[in-house]
Amino acid sequence: MAISVFIVIIVGCAFLCLYRLNKGPTAPDRAVALDILGTLLVGFCALYAVKTQRELYLTMGIAWALLSFAVTIALAKYLEGKAFDE
Amino acid sequence: MNELIGKILIGVGVAFDFFGALGLVRLPDVYNRLQAATKCVTIGTCFLLVGAGVAVGTAGLVVTSLVCAVFVLITSPVGAHALARGSHRGGVELWEGSVVDKYEEDVDRVEHEHDPEEIAYGSEESS
Repeated sequence: MAISVFIVIIVGCAFLCLYRLNKGPTAPDRAVALDILGTLLVGFCALYAVKTQRELYLTMGIAWALLSFAVTIALAKYLEGKAFDE
Repeated sequence: MNELIGKILIGVGVAFDFFGALGLVRLPDVYNRLQAATKCVTIGTCFLLVGAGVAVGTAGLVVTSLVCAVFVLITSPVGAHALARGSHRGGVELWEGSVVDKYEEDVDRVEHEHDPEEIAYGSEESS
């Protein structure tokens, strides 16, 4: 029961991130919102693992965290105004 | 008992996550948003993962959640630091109420030191 409430709150936080992703005045604002959204979804995977008592969802969370990190670093390089191989 | 402790940890983590997302929406410029959201959401997600491990308690899930928590704790600040550096070098202005910009001062100082005319002028002065 409590876990379901927590899942609803995390999904609400994800929608706050999506609001910033939609509205953010500059490109870095959107990159920050995307980074935070990735970390929030790792938390969502952990909550879902508790709800279903299965380890699979946490493995999915690790994979998601790795992908999110790579995307953040690439976006940071892009925002700096350089090509990727410099 | 374990399940109760795990749920309390998860509740603390969800509260941190919520305040981080609130800061992301409410604060005025990209650097403020970055620091509020990154710090809160990183520690919140770590609490959440550790709480998930405590609440379920099977060996595989505990190990996986701890590995995931350490991974988030390492990568999230690194990504945030790279984003802040990238947006500063990409020319995003600070909020008008900001009082100090140490990175700008540091860049100015380094460029000043490596300016060849400035070095020649300095050596003339000293001799």
